[in-house]
Amino acid sequence: MSDATPRVSLGKLFCVFGLIGVTSFGGGIVAYLRRALVDKEKWLDEDGFMAALEIAQTLPGLNSTNMSVIVGRKLRGPAGALVATLGMILPGAVIVTALGFGYVALRHDPKVAVVLTGVAAAAVGLLVQVTLKIGWKQLIRPQDLIFVVVVFVLVGIFHVSLLVTLIAVAPLAIWVHRPCREKEAA
Amino acid sequence: MSKIVELINVFALLSLLAVGGGTAVLPEMEHVTVERCHWVSDTQFAEIYSLGQLAPGPNMTCVALIGYEVSGVAGLLAVLVAFFFPACLLCYFASKVWDAAEGSPWRDAVQRGMAPIVIGLMLAGCYALGKTASYNPAKDWDVNLLTLGIGAAVAVILSLTRINPALTILAGGAAGFFLLG
Repeated sequence: MSDATPRVSLGKLFCVFGLIGVTSFGGGIVAYLRRALVDKEKWLDEDGFMAALEIAQTLPGLNSTNMSVIVGRKLRGPAGALVATLGMILPGAVIVTALGFGYVALRHDPKVAVVLTGVAAAAVGLLVQVTLKIGWKQLIRPQDLIFVVVVFVLVGIFHVSLLVTLIAVAPLAIWVHRPCREKEAA
Repeated sequence: MSKIVELINVFALLSLLAVGGGTAVLPEMEHVTVERCHWVSDTQFAEIYSLGQLAPGPNMTCVALIGYEVSGVAGLLAVLVAFFFPACLLCYFASKVWDAAEGSPWRDAVQRGMAPIVIGLMLAGCYALGKTASYNPAKDWDVNLLTLGIGAAVAVILSLTRINPALTILAGGAAGFFLLG
């Protein structure tokens, strides 16, 4: 983050994040964020954006809302974090609520039921594609693939609680990737 | 009232466990809301998730609809707050600590170590949804063939083109309407 953090009004912050919240159909919110924050408003430079994204992806929570918290905090402190996050969440929440009311009222209609079957089938295809796209590196490296398989089997097949799985597996996975001096010397 | 408290407990914990994004908690969420608490059926869960793909903003906002199924509007609001607030609060304070750890080689180790765990969880999420939405033993083979085919077609199209994913979800709905209706 550069020293010259621009002075941004809370109203403007809400509008910029709200616009992303309204327009980001089909996921890929990170691309929308980059366009708005780096290219258009110039609130962050490229390095600042990548640094924020790195934190957002590592911490628990959704990447999009974490980015809102981090960038909002950098620009306007706690109030900025709150305003940016609300801007990100509220539009989608309103639209999904409207879809949901329609869903609850109509899902037993046979015509609607077949549409929902198709929609759900397509959503699985989308999730598989996203998983493979961001995960192919982990799937071809044996030392990573072991962790992929172990986590899949524990959580997906045996329904071991996610908390227990993370406590058991995460320290081991991080230890495998621990910083090592020999690697730096090589 | 006790249902609201239960909703808050479940979704607040899921919020804090969402390492690497919302889809990582999908398998755990499916297991808890469908099999343990019986708040929604497995088909409803898959349909609610896919509705989330049709709305803008974070695609996990759709979890609010599970709250709506359980306790109406109060449940919806309770789930929204429980699912987003704890993780945002954690992020607010943890990002300060993270800034202070700038340059530590352990930051890189945490990121590279967590990556395969996230992928394993996302694959488990694919399985949790797919076991009803793509291949459902209770349905006829021709329906299953079609749902598997729609999923495969979407994955291939998204790999080869830069089309907006929401459009492929709508196309899946159209395929269901014309081929299954």
